[in-house]
Amino acid sequence: MAEITITPRTRAGGMRKLLERYPFLPALVIVVALLLLNGFFSPNSLSYRSLTGLLSTYMALVLLAIAQTYVIYAGDIDLSAGAILSLVNVAIVVLMERWGGGAGAVLLALALGLLLGLACGLLNGIVVAALRLQAIVATFATSIFFTGFALYILPVAGTPAPALFWRTYGGRLLGVPFVFYILAGLVVLLLVLSRTRLVTQLLAVGDDQQAAFQSGLPVVPIRIKGYLLSGLFSALAAFCITGDTASGDPLVGGKMTLYSVAAVVLGGSALSGGWGTVVGSLLGALTIGLINSVVFFMGTPSEWQNFVQGLAILVVLMAGVLAGRRARA
Amino acid sequence: MSRILFFMRQPLVVAFVLIALLLYLGQTLSPGFASGGQVLRLLIVASLLGIVAAGQNVVILGGREGIDLSVGGVVSLSAIIAGNVMNGADSGIVPAILACLAAGAFFGLLNGLGVTLLRIPPLVMTLGMLGVLQGLLVVIRMGIPSGRAAPGLSGFVTQPLAAGIPGIIWLWIMIGVLMAFMLHRTVFGHRIYAIGSNEHAAYMAGVPVRLMRIALFMTSGMFAAIAGLCLLGYAGSSFANVGEQYTLASIIAVVFGGTSLAGGKGGYTGTMAGAILLVILQSILTTVNIDESGRQMVFGATLLLLMMFYGRGRAMRA
Repeated sequence: MAEITITPRTRAGGMRKLLERYPFLPALVIVVALLLLNGFFSPNSLSYRSLTGLLSTYMALVLLAIAQTYVIYAGDIDLSAGAILSLVNVAIVVLMERWGGGAGAVLLALALGLLLGLACGLLNGIVVAALRLQAIVATFATSIFFTGFALYILPVAGTPAPALFWRTYGGRLLGVPFVFYILAGLVVLLLVLSRTRLVTQLLAVGDDQQAAFQSGLPVVPIRIKGYLLSGLFSALAAFCITGDTASGDPLVGGKMTLYSVAAVVLGGSALSGGWGTVVGSLLGALTIGLINSVVFFMGTPSEWQNFVQGLAILVVLMAGVLAGRRARA
Repeated sequence: MSRILFFMRQPLVVAFVLIALLLYLGQTLSPGFASGGQVLRLLIVASLLGIVAAGQNVVILGGREGIDLSVGGVVSLSAIIAGNVMNGADSGIVPAILACLAAGAFFGLLNGLGVTLLRIPPLVMTLGMLGVLQGLLVVIRMGIPSGRAAPGLSGFVTQPLAAGIPGIIWLWIMIGVLMAFMLHRTVFGHRIYAIGSNEHAAYMAGVPVRLMRIALFMTSGMFAAIAGLCLLGYAGSSFANVGEQYTLASIIAVVFGGTSLAGGKGGYTGTMAGAILLVILQSILTTVNIDESGRQMVFGATLLLLMMFYGRGRAMRA
């Protein structure tokens, strides 16, 4: 008797424990399901080659979603992430072209691109955390500023990136596609970051800012560091989009900002802060990419594609929120 | 002295002082900027934004991170619906108004249901809805032409109606009066502030919180629909994503009007001033002879500067 009454409870508890330990599980299930759907509609799309292509196309969104995650951890939001991506994209393309496109020029431009991303993040952090402006409107204002700066550097899209750069990004190294090295490097970076004190502090600030402050955490510097991370990952995302499109475009990231927020929510993180995972955001970004691909391979008439994508994203967004709440409950 | 200081810190006062300063600046930079006809034109543009911001305002006042990112999509959709229903004929104006209001209310209802029944955060729900609306716009645009505004509607928006002032500005003034009455003199209005400042207390006091929130999102959808209709009258015909810019602009107008994004604090009169302020600022930047890039950088920096006057959060205290 006792066993019978206990079994369902332990099972429910096991499910919750699993969700608690791996909150990104629902996102993972969605990604696998979408992959299978993709394979069903177009078997070819599951080939090694197609998956590599998918990854190199959506790597930028993955990185941008991760950028967004760290500020959302702290209960903030960064509506300028896409604009930072555009700005770094045009800046590195123009610098590479001006310096001749050799290996040295490329590396130097990338280093400056990272610094530029960090500088944008610092500005966001100062206006939101130190000057205490509301994050949504303040980062929207900085996004207008960054977009203006990007237009100043490159008024119209089209300057090509040096061949060395995009050939490396789209090519292979020792027989393995380069984008897998990026993924591996990213995983290591995220692992290292997840072991640092900063991530815990960001989550503490997002969970209860007042409590974090009262227990002695330097709340303002922590939030600024969150925006610095966001700027850094936005710059990394810019490198990937430059490798993928092989050119500079001052407006390339505009539409990606809201997708990055959506990816974070898909991954099960709480927009109110204090709870989430970067792995979830990574999977969330892939979900958006896979939805676009499934809708295409399903043979949806072209005029309906945007609508079906929008509807599918709305549905999985809801699923992400509900699953995230389940795990936290 | 302290009373004067208090007065000077009222968002409404700040907004009007800034509006006067900007008009003066505009007049200095390009003579004729603050002339009667030019000011009327600015007010027409501001009224479009102001009507969208009215809906955004009530959703934000309702609290619990209330925000409506789908208004831009509803504005575009409404402009297309109106253009096709009336298709250049005055007899089609009334059916067009009804169709637009129905569409706005429908998408507002969906937002409200998602936010209340499924407890999806408003930012996520309305962001997803924006994606759906943008997809729907593509579908509609492929199937049918964009349609034309009826002369009666264009006249209402652009031609003087009474006392030399176009109908849309009268409409906006009327909305302003009605909103002030609704917010401060009716039970519905008081309940908005109640759920915005403390949802739980409001619930315990018997306020139907869920119904209220659904009503707020429907209000927002319908205001966006009216704005889309008027926008069609202003532009003559609708074009791709004509309403896109209104989403974040309406939020900024609300913030400049002194309404707190946390909810429960603020009002619509300030939002009207905020909308005018935003439109004048944009207009000055277009009269000044600089590149698009410089214009955007100045616009972004000015927005940040202006935000320093409003709703800065409180410093952390132990």
